Amino acid sequence: MLWPHKDLLCISQLTNEEVLHVFRTARRFAEINARPIKKVPTLKGRTVILFFVEPSTRTKTSFDIAGKRLSADTYSLSASASSLRKGENLKDSALTLQAMHPDALVLRHPQSGAAEFLAQRLSCSVINAGDGWHAHPTQALLDGFTLCEIWGEDMTGKKILIVGDIAHSRVARSDVLLFTMLGARVRLCAPKTLLPSGVNTWPVDVVSDLTSACEGMDAVICLRLQLERQQAGLLPDLREYARHFGLNAARLRKANPGVRVMHPGPMNRGVEIDAALADAEQSLILEQVSAGVATRMALLFLYLTRKDQPAEA
Amino acid sequence: MAGPDLIVRNVSWQDDMVDVWLGGGRILRFAPLGEKAEECALIDGRGALLLPGLIDAHVHLREPGFEYKEDIASGLTAAAGGGFRAVLAMANTKPVNDSAAVTRFMLEQAADTHPFGPRLYPVGALSKNLAGQELAPLAELAEAGCKALSNDGVPVANADLFRRALEYASDLGLPVIDHCEDPHLAAGASMNEGRLSGLMGLKGQPVAAESLHVARDILLAQYLNLPVHLAHISCRQSVELIAWAKARDVRVTAETCPHYLLWTEEMVKGFNTLAKVNPPLRRMDDVEALRQAVREGIIDILVTDHAPHADHEKETPMDEAPGGISGLDTALSLSWTLVQRGILSAEDLCRLWAHRPAEIFALPSGNLTPGDPASFILFDTDATWTVTPQAMRSKGKNTPCLGQDLPGRVRLNVVDGHVVFQDAIVS
Repeated sequence: MLWPHKDLLCISQLTNEEVLHVFRTARRFAEINARPIKKVPTLKGRTVILFFVEPSTRTKTSFDIAGKRLSADTYSLSASASSLRKGENLKDSALTLQAMHPDALVLRHPQSGAAEFLAQRLSCSVINAGDGWHAHPTQALLDGFTLCEIWGEDMTGKKILIVGDIAHSRVARSDVLLFTMLGARVRLCAPKTLLPSGVNTWPVDVVSDLTSACEGMDAVICLRLQLERQQAGLLPDLREYARHFGLNAARLRKANPGVRVMHPGPMNRGVEIDAALADAEQSLILEQVSAGVATRMALLFLYLTRKDQPAEA
Repeated sequence: MAGPDLIVRNVSWQDDMVDVWLGGGRILRFAPLGEKAEECALIDGRGALLLPGLIDAHVHLREPGFEYKEDIASGLTAAAGGGFRAVLAMANTKPVNDSAAVTRFMLEQAADTHPFGPRLYPVGALSKNLAGQELAPLAELAEAGCKALSNDGVPVANADLFRRALEYASDLGLPVIDHCEDPHLAAGASMNEGRLSGLMGLKGQPVAAESLHVARDILLAQYLNLPVHLAHISCRQSVELIAWAKARDVRVTAETCPHYLLWTEEMVKGFNTLAKVNPPLRRMDDVEALRQAVREGIIDILVTDHAPHADHEKETPMDEAPGGISGLDTALSLSWTLVQRGILSAEDLCRLWAHRPAEIFALPSGNLTPGDPASFILFDTDATWTVTPQAMRSKGKNTPCLGQDLPGRVRLNVVDGHVVFQDAIVS
């Protein structure tokens, strides 16, 4: 498949077939990642800029490793080191980076829509590595890839619960789009203060009690609770949150046999997920990290060898 | 009676084609087409529609302090070309218009750059530095020439301070304009709260952020039996509260803007910062309630809430972009689209844009009867124009209708007998 897209901004851009193509490509790269020598020359000479305006270690490292394993040259730029701290606006930063002729720009930004903003202005590929509360498509694709490796490509009939701060979660928004597209049924569990407005129009069901929400589930994804939500008055305290919305083994017994537990990280052990459960055999949390590298290799490969990519000189 | 010093020939007035004779800054008479007069200036109106000069009771002209967005000269030029005979300019300048010095400065800038109009009427700050803590020197502001008082831009959270402002302002005979917004419910919002904000991952502003303050103001006005004017109403809940108040003879008046009568939150799709405005564009149900309210007079007047910003300020992600739509250049054309669609009549426009604002803010009337001040415009309803940065006279090019074709063009704007804007087509 010649990749038809310039940018990856949101899961809603992709078709079911394109998502499965990402997974199949990721599977090939996962094999490379299992070799003693993990580097292939596929993207030699390509430049990838990792522009992270919001702190992130794991996503940035994941993209960095993915690029380097494909022999692309990767350069990191973080908010603290960038001119944004000196008052430069996003448009000027982006045009400056563009003038350095990267082939792809991977953007993490605290504002929803920032990736689309750059994509409209830059000729290179823009890969959204998380924009505000809006979208985190590479996380959703790696979550989907992780589950596909266990369940197979057809998720019809599978039931996935996402529990936690849905309102402020770009992961939840992208996961809902992706899992629904793949045929799974998605359920959300959160206090009303952490549910997005208009959630009743989403293709999901919402259950406010976590124990009943776990019933019949094949996978449970816990979301990180940002500690500032308490300061914003959205919940009384962490202890109460953990008691009502923390996933533990007892609650998980209501789920289907073979249920899997996932977390996009970084975890607050003992808050949204029981400390021991994170390490239990149901947990796919470390598989997600490995899948992340393979998925991002697949994405860099597809976007940098896309249909309208200029031919080699 | 002295002869005319200007005749505007061939204009459409009350379903008739007539000549308008002007003298001494007043309308002398509507004469049959081509009637001979002594030597005087002539303008051929080419059949355009005669309307009273419009009043915009809610603009931000940004001077002093933000001249890169707009200044009094450019704002009044846009007003002249947009068909306005007067504008009321809000106080959120830098420094804030909370002293006679700033008020006088604004009036001087207007007199220097547009000595014959459009008129600038400053709106004084309700609280010192708009901080919502202490009353500004309201009597000083009134004496210096402010025609109304408002904390627009920074809503007054403290109901007691707002109550005292209503009382104190009533002794001065100045209307109080309230920007109705609960600062906590509205904090950090980039758009209307609802399905779309949830999908886009943007913080939304619930309609209750506005209607809660509308209810507060209505209840205070009823309790004190004092007038209050509610700015830029955007939603059905507020309309229903205002209807409730008017049915009980509470002394409340209200305004809305063309953008709330035409557009919904769908305009912000694709993270379109040009459609970011405060209060935010709402849903179709709100638009329909507002249309009915302006037809029935529940909402008294139309205003632009002209909020010019520099291009680079709007060319950012949503959260960072300032709210506001530049409105003076497009207001009448956008209003005319409502006439074309049968939602409003031309008479409604005269009431909403000229007669009622003159009553509420005690400005000279512009009823266009002989003897009245000669303040009128010629509006060519057959023309269309494309909204481009070049076609806009305001420094602020920030409108979501950029690139659209709009109906109707102002050809002539006369304020108190002086031509303040004339299109080359009418000569």
